[in-house]
Amino acid sequence: MFLMTPPTVHYAHGSPFSRSKQGKVAELRQELNSGGKKDKNHSAKKIALKKIVANMTMSNNDMVALFPDVIGCMNLPSLEIKKMCFLFLVNYSRAKPETAMKALPILVDDMEDSNPLVRALALRTISYIHVREFVEATFQPVKRLMGDMDPYVRKTAAFCVAKLYEHDKKLVETSDLIDRLNNMLKDENPTVVSSVLASLVDIWGRSESISLSIDYTSASKLVSILPDCSEWGQSYILEAMMSYVPQDSAEALLLAERIAPRLSHSNSAVVLTSIRVILYLMNYIADERHVSSLAKKLSPPLVTLLSKPPEVQYLALRNAILILQKRPEVLRNDIRVFFCNYNDPIYVKVTKLELIFMLTTKENISVVLAELREYATEIDVHFVRKAVRAIGKLAIKIESAARQCIDTLLDLVNAKIPYIVQEATVVIRNIFRKYPNQYESIIGNVIQNIDELDEPEAKAAIIWIIGQYADRIENSDGLLQDYLATFHDETVEVQLALLTATVKFFIQRPTKGQQLVPQVLKWCTEETDDPDLRDRGYMYWRLLSTDPAAAKQVVMGQKPPISAESEKLDSRTLEELCLNVGTLATVYLKPVQQVFRSARTRRLQYSPALQRPKEEAVNAAWQFPDPASSPTAALNAGAFANNSAQSAQPADMNAAVSAADSYFNSVGTQQMAALDLGGREDDGGAGGGGALQTQYVVNQNQQLVYQPQLAGGAATGELLLL
Amino acid sequence: MLSGILIFNQKGENLIFRAFRSDCRPRLADIFRIQVISNPQVRSPILTLGSTTFSHVKHENIYLVAVTKSNANAALVFEFLYRLVVLGKSYFGKLDEEAVKNNFVLIYELLDEILDYGYPQNTETDTLKMYITTEGVKSAIANSATDSSRITMQATGALSWRRADVKYRKNEAFVDVIEDVNLLMSATGTVLRADVNGQIIMRAYLSGTPECKFGLNDRLLLDSGDSSTSSSTPGNRDGTMKATRAAAGSVTLEDCQFHQCVKLGRFDADRIISFVPPDGEFELMRYRATENVNLPFKVHPIVREVGTTKVEYSVAIKANYSSKLFATNVVIRIPTPLNTAKTTERTSQGRAKYEPEHNNIVWKIARFSGGSEFVLTAEATLTSMTHQKAWSRPPLSLSFSLLMFTSSGLLVRYLKVFEKSNYSSVKWVRYMTRAGSYEIRF
Repeated sequence: MFLMTPPTVHYAHGSPFSRSKQGKVAELRQELNSGGKKDKNHSAKKIALKKIVANMTMSNNDMVALFPDVIGCMNLPSLEIKKMCFLFLVNYSRAKPETAMKALPILVDDMEDSNPLVRALALRTISYIHVREFVEATFQPVKRLMGDMDPYVRKTAAFCVAKLYEHDKKLVETSDLIDRLNNMLKDENPTVVSSVLASLVDIWGRSESISLSIDYTSASKLVSILPDCSEWGQSYILEAMMSYVPQDSAEALLLAERIAPRLSHSNSAVVLTSIRVILYLMNYIADERHVSSLAKKLSPPLVTLLSKPPEVQYLALRNAILILQKRPEVLRNDIRVFFCNYNDPIYVKVTKLELIFMLTTKENISVVLAELREYATEIDVHFVRKAVRAIGKLAIKIESAARQCIDTLLDLVNAKIPYIVQEATVVIRNIFRKYPNQYESIIGNVIQNIDELDEPEAKAAIIWIIGQYADRIENSDGLLQDYLATFHDETVEVQLALLTATVKFFIQRPTKGQQLVPQVLKWCTEETDDPDLRDRGYMYWRLLSTDPAAAKQVVMGQKPPISAESEKLDSRTLEELCLNVGTLATVYLKPVQQVFRSARTRRLQYSPALQRPKEEAVNAAWQFPDPASSPTAALNAGAFANNSAQSAQPADMNAAVSAADSYFNSVGTQQMAALDLGGREDDGGAGGGGALQTQYVVNQNQQLVYQPQLAGGAATGELLLL
Repeated sequence: MLSGILIFNQKGENLIFRAFRSDCRPRLADIFRIQVISNPQVRSPILTLGSTTFSHVKHENIYLVAVTKSNANAALVFEFLYRLVVLGKSYFGKLDEEAVKNNFVLIYELLDEILDYGYPQNTETDTLKMYITTEGVKSAIANSATDSSRITMQATGALSWRRADVKYRKNEAFVDVIEDVNLLMSATGTVLRADVNGQIIMRAYLSGTPECKFGLNDRLLLDSGDSSTSSSTPGNRDGTMKATRAAAGSVTLEDCQFHQCVKLGRFDADRIISFVPPDGEFELMRYRATENVNLPFKVHPIVREVGTTKVEYSVAIKANYSSKLFATNVVIRIPTPLNTAKTTERTSQGRAKYEPEHNNIVWKIARFSGGSEFVLTAEATLTSMTHQKAWSRPPLSLSFSLLMFTSSGLLVRYLKVFEKSNYSSVKWVRYMTRAGSYEIRF
């Protein structure tokens, strides 16, 4: 039972909860209109407005009733009052567009005020209002204010274009606003330039028809103003650098080296975005020595981010996982910094654990095992399980250390803590699979704890062990029968394991098995609703009845090897995520469009300098946006560079590039078509809106088809079940 | 970028709701309340539902939440939320539920100024205080147009963190070198991890636009003579450093991060820290050192579980620094099992007390001079439990502060101030080492 006490919170300006709605509104209205001529400094109005603002969020939408009264105050000669009225306007204009209209002339007037703060405030406010008249009324003034003499107003105008684009794409695209915005890149004030870039990138992200390209001269100039920008401005400029496609290895190198000092910035957004740009530019640098020297610069700043608040640590760690897959040499010697502190939040600990697993080698395995053992005694069950699992996975990853890992596991199992035993059982099963005929001596120790197991995965693991080693375990028939007694109550996962184990048992010990097998086959084929179980049951049945010898070969045959690589991303996802370092998608380590369906994808753009990894040359699943298919305003940031001499040369280049593009594009579309075909079977009813989703799902299936032995591993990040 | 900023109290009441884009609907407040605040399962600071992502930090008794709609720059989102906390503290003393409720208008005004269309703008406290004011923070500048252009220049200029008209009768600068030393020692006494997170805080009370140059006993800097060729290829750097290790008295900084006033290009090129400081207090730099860390305290715990009813402790702690120095507020937390009924403790110095709410024996030593060694012996009597679960033995932890000592060995070699008017200035430096996460397993 939960007792509510009446709210006892004291507000500075009256309590929003104390009176009835109408009463409160009426009271505030009266207060707002009181004072009259005596109130010289409008202090009564100020206090009333403050109360109204305080009530805006706390008491739902009641305050909207005061809209006309608030507009009445808007023209008073006080910036403080104006700001409060504007805030109110932004909040409620969509609810009451007709009433809001009365404020429009005031805003338009204010955009011509002599005070730059007022001009900017009015422009900022009017462009927040999603009402057609307001949007239309912004177009003329914003053009004027883009050329305002005050940089503060100009930067506000730059963001205003992106806001207008959100309100009405068409109107902006048919106007010359984007061209004007482009021209503002020539501005002498760095803050204005960075704001323009942020605005352009924002527009780019919302439109399929606009492409953003930056040439070397502009890119170089942008990098040179980095030191003069605020930390946020630096992030915007770095973000925009991702639209620069190096045409030459030396250019890429030079820019990367000029950006490298940003890695020492105290703002983690600047650091991570710099890492992103440098990683990106590395794709275009030919000399492997330079690439590895740049890569070395990336790891200290990543590690330093671990002294930031936990949320930023988490981000840094997730990105470390990503970067480590792309550039294994980064972070190689830093495993100890990822050891968990007792007080780390769980999301940090689990991610550190993953990194520890990735960074473990033959050389440091002893230290790591001691550390993981320590984790296995902690309180958080989820974390302990992960630690135990990691020990087992290390046994599989590093063959020479398998014995050491197994000893550690058995040690942990001896403590008889149920969830540790279960987790250990699962990984020991995998160790048996990986190294047949090496560690079977420990079967006895594992079987000992059979009564502790109550989770399906652990049960399935122990049943697999019983079946696989039926001839070595003396009482295997008894153990199996114990489980079969409750066959119908088990989950499908356990039932499947039982079926296979029974068949294996029969093959190895035919005399004892012959009563069991028919019984289990009958259950699986006639008394189940699960199609997988039934299919597998029939398969065994027919196999055993047609050719027992062949059955033995199939059932007890050699198994495909398993590996322990965790969460290996496929190269296409890896490439995409590396172009998105520091963004939300890197937290999930999933393809951007899977998490954010409307996001525009980034791909490595082709240029003569692009260094292609070898394996990609074979399965070139590249997609390049076709410049010809983007008809409207190609945002050419190069506009502000006086590079007439260069313009001829890129023309040829462009032709070559578009030829290449159209080739790859056609490859892309064929593949897409193939994918689509598969997709309709799965998801025939889905309309156009679901297209992206479908595409992704099919993509996964495609992988399944080509690499069956990897499918389970890639999807779950865990080891294969039999 | 950001679609909206929301602030909630612990009960889940939405105190502040500011949308910057029309895709930030009011009902998102309810979704956050249900999915995060009242959901004990949530363990991540980031939650994506459909196309909406909530990123939150908890501070005091409030949640600060950023709503984003696409694949936003997550680092920027969290940096911004933390900046909001800093701004709140600087405006209201502290940022908690009460402060938010007392300052609705000002917080909305700040949000409107520091975010435009969800993109962070100038967030420098000094500049903002010139034109966003409260009863507590008064600005001398009126609302006239000329004054306003001064503000706008400041807010968009290259030195956005400093006003030009600062004047002091006495020009002074204080430098605090504060090191958090982290230690993780295994039960067998091997050092699993020892490193230093240092920060250098400066309080600059300097007139005009001073150019400062700051020098440390940084190895790379001292070695710059012979490593000028190798510094461009970091591959060789490690080798060079190890070879010259004999040249004592210098420190290898693993990595540095600087306040935005520091000219990073210069540091990268010739390791010179040069900057025009903001007025007043700011964090000049952070650094990390992992080599040759001096551990101020050696702790030797012996913990014996006697059957299931008793745990015996004997903890010895020795100060590993010069006898001229002394540490203050040394606190040693010694974990006890959850089913501890009572404890007895004896110490050769300081006081020890059992804190049942934290399952700790807390041993406090107010003043710990260098070279000395103290011992605690204790016994915890356990109640018998029906369900006997092994005790997880969390690590023993230390906190302390030690003046005039740096674990990394870092020293400030000089701080030079250059200004047009050529005034003389007084510079002070202070060193302190604190315990970061100083943990000893047993």
